Amino acid sequence: MSAYMDVIMAGFGGQGVLLMGNVLANCAMERGLEVTYIPVYGAEMRGGTANCTVVIDSEPIGSPIVHSPRSTVILNQPSLEKFQPRLAKDGVQIINSSLVDIALVDTKRHSVCIPATDIARELGTVKMTNMVALGAWLKATGILPLKAVQDILHKVAPQHYRKLILANVRALEAGYSHS
Amino acid sequence: MSQAPERILIKGNEAIVRGALDAGCRCYFGYPITPQNEIPEAFSSMLPEQGGSFVQAESELAAVNMLLGAAACGIPAMTSSSSCGIALMQETISYMAGSCVPGVIVNMMRGGPGLGDIGPSQSDYFQAVKGGGNGDHRNFVLAPATAQECYDMMFSAFALAFKYRNPVMVLGDAIVGQMKEPVRCVPPKHALTPEQLMQQGEDWRLEGYDRHAVPEPRVLRSLLLKEGQLAAHNRSLHEKYSAMRQEAAAEQVFCDDASLVVVAFGSIARIAHSAVRHLRQAGHKVGLFRPTTLYPFPEEALRALISSGKRRFLVIEQNLGQMVEDVRLAIDGQAPVSWHGILPDLYVGAETLRAPILEALEGGKHV
Amino acid sequence: MSELLKARAGEKLIFDHPSVLSEAVTHYCPGCHHGIAHRLVAEVLEELELASRAIMVASVGCSVISYDYISVDSVESPHGRACAVATGVKRARPDTIVFTYQGDGDMGAIGLAESLHAAARGEHITAVFVNNTVYGMTGGQMAPTTLLGQKTTTTPMGRRMELEGGPVHMAEMMSQLAGVAYAERCSLDSVRHIRAAQDAIRKAFSIQAKGLGFSFVELLSGCPTNWHMDPVRANTRIREEMIPVFPLGVYKDITAQAVPVIADKVVEGRS
Repeated sequence: MSAYMDVIMAGFGGQGVLLMGNVLANCAMERGLEVTYIPVYGAEMRGGTANCTVVIDSEPIGSPIVHSPRSTVILNQPSLEKFQPRLAKDGVQIINSSLVDIALVDTKRHSVCIPATDIARELGTVKMTNMVALGAWLKATGILPLKAVQDILHKVAPQHYRKLILANVRALEAGYSHS
Repeated sequence: MSQAPERILIKGNEAIVRGALDAGCRCYFGYPITPQNEIPEAFSSMLPEQGGSFVQAESELAAVNMLLGAAACGIPAMTSSSSCGIALMQETISYMAGSCVPGVIVNMMRGGPGLGDIGPSQSDYFQAVKGGGNGDHRNFVLAPATAQECYDMMFSAFALAFKYRNPVMVLGDAIVGQMKEPVRCVPPKHALTPEQLMQQGEDWRLEGYDRHAVPEPRVLRSLLLKEGQLAAHNRSLHEKYSAMRQEAAAEQVFCDDASLVVVAFGSIARIAHSAVRHLRQAGHKVGLFRPTTLYPFPEEALRALISSGKRRFLVIEQNLGQMVEDVRLAIDGQAPVSWHGILPDLYVGAETLRAPILEALEGGKHV
Repeated sequence: MSELLKARAGEKLIFDHPSVLSEAVTHYCPGCHHGIAHRLVAEVLEELELASRAIMVASVGCSVISYDYISVDSVESPHGRACAVATGVKRARPDTIVFTYQGDGDMGAIGLAESLHAAARGEHITAVFVNNTVYGMTGGQMAPTTLLGQKTTTTPMGRRMELEGGPVHMAEMMSQLAGVAYAERCSLDSVRHIRAAQDAIRKAFSIQAKGLGFSFVELLSGCPTNWHMDPVRANTRIREEMIPVFPLGVYKDITAQAVPVIADKVVEGRS
């Protein structure tokens, strides 16, 4: 049986969208699953919108690009406007309500609104918004255990982020238990 | 080896670099262009660590000519670029073919014509397979579909280049290059060691003329002005190109009892693979034929699938109809061949290929 | 060795044939200076005992088959790309002595970018640049170094500043680049200048052998056929018309103690 799941993660450049995707993809690989990760790459280096797509499956993966995702992680308003209409009918969207006007959230869709930036600020830095949101995604999808993702941080975090691992572990936990 | 090494999550572009280094590549020359920039970036740190040489050239013209120079010394060397950059390299690829110099050229295709876009595309099939350069020459063209194949195929690329003293192009696209996937960086079985690769150049490589040891200096040239010289040279090239055909290769999935065989390569083939698997699960007799060498095209294997006109073929490619010509040449009118093209910049997923495959299965449009 | 080149009984050989120069009769026109330039390179490689380590990159132009005359391992380059090919050779085999032999079209027009960037990178190669102000092999068209007023088959009215621009000065350009260790312009119009040219070529190869950077020698040369004059008059033209525009001398020499000076602006008397 196929254990398929895909997610588009989107936000401002600098919100750690690509790191969030990498953490998830590495964790899926460690669990012995097939996985693809593809970023949007282009002319904008800073300040634009960033998004990446992660596909997880127990079988070989065809397209690493997804048009109607089964799930999304939306860190800012422009990302909601872009990806909410494309969300699959039974899909789930994790929305950072700190930066998104929740009046725009389509009530017909399965949405998890979480003030990820505010929670991250309380934990010490808004830079952990991504991990709070990823925690909420893990809870909503149940695809991978929280502990597995927390463990993978030690493996994928660049050397100069090592001292922040504990804080990120807490951010994942906060996002997971908030929803 | 007691235990398989860990899988690492890397882009196809990085897998190209790791495969090349493990295969014995010692020189890289390149010029930045999206979507293959991770290749020069990775080489710039990894090659010098291994005692090799990395040069960021002033243009693709310069890069491929540096490749010609390094390759003339029998050193495993490569360059990489994308579509329009490869077009700039074609003259020298022709020189390399003419003067029988081995080298590897990686093309991570983007949309065209002209500057096009930076998205995935298969619009360089003709440029790669039919020889974008001048003169009557042929190059190997290998088509990886996964990051793992990016790693593995670099071994084949260097082995073929040295075995046949000929340029080899590895043809990926923006999906293959930009996508991260788990890769096991282990040399494939039967892969040559870097030393074995280098040994193959002993008879022809430039290393300085020792007049006491050999009668003549070595000259690698493609200019043959004397009467009959070029004819003789091209005759020997023709024999070589005929011998190259034995290297044709393809992957076949569910083809044995298929009523419809989808023919696709590279990233489109992996998406078609998903579509075909889903349709099989729904009881449809469809299969996939994926050439892993585009030149030589695996025409004999494809022809072997024709059975008394009962089988249909559908070519799916992300361009306006290029590989379909080779498929039709191979099938030679013995079975129906239809074509489904995908434009650049348009989303393609397994679900979008379902309808065209079912339509072809039912003998629908025959383009 | 052919009989002509051997000393007969009672003769003392004082002008030998360099072993690095093949005995093939060249295809060059009477009065052409390529033969002299080839010989200078061959003699220097022999004298410095570099021939067995040398790899020549042949370019496109009249000297396209220079490998038939200079007996060293060679690779043929596409038009203009000789310095890029030489870069690849040297990077692959740093233990070799690599040189390009290029004309003015190859180096100064189609291959200007590759030439300047190889120099800027300080590639440890030597470029021998033959400047005769005209495209020889294709029949006398305008070159990047064609003088103002000079008639060619594509400047029938003479080269005009306002339409075709002015001549390209390679030695001067080279001297401005950080990677260049040595740049000198010489001439092949007279014995004195030819001897100075050989000194320059020797210095250029020595600098490469010592790994000091890119070395460059420009040789002002005659093309009687496309200049439509006899060889003696061609030598006179070099002195009277070319040298005033392309002054001879050392433009850069990082091995020199003193500031480089233009060593030879003197125009010799007619021969």
